[in-house]
Amino acid sequence: MTWKKLLIPLASVPIILLLAYGFRTDPKAIPSPLMQKSAPDFRLKAFDGGEVSLADLKGKPLVLNFWASWCYPACYEEAPLLEATWKRHKDQGLMMVGVDIQDTEANAREFLQRFGFTFPNAPDPGSRVSIDYGVYGVPETYFIDRQGRIVYKHVGALTPALVEAQVQSLLKDQ
Amino acid sequence: MISTLGHFVLFLALGMSLYAAGAAIYGARAGREDWLASSRNAVLVNLCLVTLAMFLLEYALISSDFSIRYVANNSTRGSLTRYKIAGLWGSLEGSILLWAWLQSLFAALVVARYSDRHQAVMPYVQAVLQGICAFFLLVMTFAANPFAPAFPVPPDGRGLNPLLEVTDMLVHPLLLYLGYVGFSVPFAFAMAALITGRLSEEWLKNTRRWTIVAWLFLTGGIFYGGWWSYRTLGWGGYWAWDPVENASFMPWLTATAFIHSVMIQERKRMLKVWNLVLVTLTFSLVIFGTFLTRSGILGSVHAFAEGPVGMVFLGFLALVLLFSLGLIAYRSDRLKGHGELDSVVSRESAFLLNNVVLIGICFTVFLGTIFPLLTEAIRGTKISVGTPYFNRVSVPLGMALLLLMGIGPLIAWGRASLNNLRRNFLKPTVAAAAGAALLWALGVRQAEALLAFLCCFFVIGTIALEFWTSTRARAAATGEGFLQALAALLLRTRRRYGGLIVHLGVVIAIIGIAVSSIYKVEHEVTLKPKERLEIGPYTVQFNDLQAGERPTHIFVWANLTVFKGNTTLTELRPGQRFYPNQQSPFASVDARYHWKEDLYAILSTFERDGSSATIKVMINPMMAWIWIGGGVILLGVLVAVLPERRLAMLTVRAKAQPA
Amino acid sequence: MIRRRGTWANVRRAPWWLTLGMAFLPWGGAAHVHAATNFDLEDRVRESASELRCVVCQNLSVADSPSDLAKEMRNLVRELVQQGKSREEIQAYFVSRYGEFVLLSPPKRGFNLLVWGLPFLAIAAGGGVVYLVARRWTEQAPVDRPAIDPAYAERVQRELSDREQG
Repeated sequence: MTWKKLLIPLASVPIILLLAYGFRTDPKAIPSPLMQKSAPDFRLKAFDGGEVSLADLKGKPLVLNFWASWCYPACYEEAPLLEATWKRHKDQGLMMVGVDIQDTEANAREFLQRFGFTFPNAPDPGSRVSIDYGVYGVPETYFIDRQGRIVYKHVGALTPALVEAQVQSLLKDQ
Repeated sequence: MISTLGHFVLFLALGMSLYAAGAAIYGARAGREDWLASSRNAVLVNLCLVTLAMFLLEYALISSDFSIRYVANNSTRGSLTRYKIAGLWGSLEGSILLWAWLQSLFAALVVARYSDRHQAVMPYVQAVLQGICAFFLLVMTFAANPFAPAFPVPPDGRGLNPLLEVTDMLVHPLLLYLGYVGFSVPFAFAMAALITGRLSEEWLKNTRRWTIVAWLFLTGGIFYGGWWSYRTLGWGGYWAWDPVENASFMPWLTATAFIHSVMIQERKRMLKVWNLVLVTLTFSLVIFGTFLTRSGILGSVHAFAEGPVGMVFLGFLALVLLFSLGLIAYRSDRLKGHGELDSVVSRESAFLLNNVVLIGICFTVFLGTIFPLLTEAIRGTKISVGTPYFNRVSVPLGMALLLLMGIGPLIAWGRASLNNLRRNFLKPTVAAAAGAALLWALGVRQAEALLAFLCCFFVIGTIALEFWTSTRARAAATGEGFLQALAALLLRTRRRYGGLIVHLGVVIAIIGIAVSSIYKVEHEVTLKPKERLEIGPYTVQFNDLQAGERPTHIFVWANLTVFKGNTTLTELRPGQRFYPNQQSPFASVDARYHWKEDLYAILSTFERDGSSATIKVMINPMMAWIWIGGGVILLGVLVAVLPERRLAMLTVRAKAQPA
Repeated sequence: MIRRRGTWANVRRAPWWLTLGMAFLPWGGAAHVHAATNFDLEDRVRESASELRCVVCQNLSVADSPSDLAKEMRNLVRELVQQGKSREEIQAYFVSRYGEFVLLSPPKRGFNLLVWGLPFLAIAAGGGVVYLVARRWTEQAPVDRPAIDPAYAERVQRELSDREQG
């Protein structure tokens, strides 16, 4: 068989290779264009009545967590971890804010009570903050440094090692 | 018990199909009829074994035997029996079992039908079909076992996805699979012809009818899927250019191309290589489709699963492509046809252009489907290629195809003279222009719509003219009455007139698609009780919100009354279904379906206390014509494919015609 | 074979420009529709929303999707339209938050030109191949055949095609 004829079956190889490459990608993951950029400002009314805004938190590192009461099991898994991290680092200058998206107030309060969140949590009316941050599912967590830059975004339930590492690097940076 | 037994049966079936393939090849090469007979028997035994496996799984499903993980994942105790049965193909493992069963059934049918004919190629046809069957059995035996046990045994199953617990689930997958598996038969014949070197037209005659029947099922499956999506999914559309939808559309396109270009091969013995490529492409695209559904590399609403099974399917796809294309390349010398054409303006050219456009659409859809993956590989960013893109590029191609549908059947084989062209196309063109002018006068102004209608009227004109003149010619020649002549024409030259009816069905569907998308009207409004919204000639009043418990879910719906003028037209109850273990509710659409237009209502959101509800209402004009068109297509195929007594006589005469 | 006449030579050229012409013509029609946009508010909202991808669904646009987030995005689009933002500005707004992924149709620049251009090129190439092949096959046909009265040949053709199986 001549070389020219071999071209016919070989023409299919690049396509097979491309499809094989497809196994290394995750079709559901959307890369965020906000990485290393300034975090969008937000101003929300918290569940406990107070106001939370990014501008007020300037100069402090922030862990911004998006959750919902219907997000089972991931949000339920990471909730104790969030509260524990908050308790451990709040005196070191860390700030933590939770944003509840597309939820009802009753369910949200039940969630808050169940996990005893002591850091500020606020609902997001109209999902404006969620859209500003490019949220496409829950849970999503943004790690924001003192200069107000988003340094890391995590999609899905957090793990202890990951949170600890990110928080430490946020606190270290002066 | 069923778990081990079922798995063992699958293992046996795998061995049987491998044996059948091997024995067939050996028997053919060594000339041993006893081995061939043994392999034919093995095919039947294989069918029995796979049927037994199907029966075992169905039994487990119906008796709610949750010791089998697949049963636990795809049914619940409370499900209706028919959904327990349909649970068989509810997710990955079972769908492969269904495929394997259909594959072994078709293999047995082929053996039964052709065992006394085509002796030279049949062993290889069998071997290829058994090889495909063996692949699916292999996947089940080692990677995706439908009989895998559940431990611990759950008290109740998780159940089918609620979206699938509808009667449509009993129809849509079966139609599609019949189409997909059906295409493996022409593929097997083509491979056998290549392997044995017997490249005369025998394999064509065998495969043409199989291809058309498989095409019939695939067409039915695609239309049915659109219909299901429209009535149930709650977004008011029927086709989202989803990767898996595209993957069902692509083999349809190549199969349509094949059905047309095969006619040139029959008459002129040309395009052998091309037809083989088309058959190969069709089957490869079928495997590509099943790969996409089961690998999850492209996000899709239809995707089943991810992980190692995907790799196995990719490997099989690679094997199929390399093997078949390699064979074609190997035999390409012997495939050079007697390429002769009397004139560039002829039906042959029209068919060639038809192929160009169809393959062009297929290429476009394929490119659009994998382009996000390609972009990610090359640029590292994620992009989307969705409906706006596909519509923008496929609409012009569709119109080109429409034109060809009108020109093709009326342009002569061999050579089209100016007289021929004038006689056949003048009247339809004039009629089309008149129709378009009439529409313009009635207020239709969009260029896209006018162009589409122009082409549609042209095609309808050519079809009508063809029926009219042929019937009149026949009536004049035989003295029959008009209707009698028409009936005789339909019954005797079924292929031609069945084909024309199929074209008519396509045009009707295209009219439905064009009108429903161009003239769609949509309003989304938040209403308080007793408030009304106006849409087109209708007034929709929101009465109140109600909730009720159903066996498997909670149903919340809005009571709407539709008025036209002062008369009450109908009541609509769009709602949402809340299932206990699903995160978000499923929309339950309600609509008034009518041949002129559909009035379609969706409940978007609502306040818990019933104080307000957001309703989305649409008018979809002539949407029903899409489904009617699909029905006409199916009718046309049935007319075309039922056996013709005079086939042999006419074939002789066609051969005697000067080439 | 019947000798080609003058008019015949013109007709013979037909498929070449016909193919390309057919490819061009409908696109021209589509482009014309594209230019004539509607300025009613809801229509503009739907126009922009149908270009955006619903990020929590599979392959649906923000206009079509029944999901809650899509509904909020539609409201946001409505606000942006009311603020006087153009289509491009609305697209840029969402792209700066979600990346190119959120556009349901790849913007016509850079690498994406491949996906917009290749189909057209493929059809043109296919049409060209068909023309060349058809011409080669026409020239290969045997030249000497007894001359037939063209009118008679016409009639035979017609009657045969009436009776043929298609």
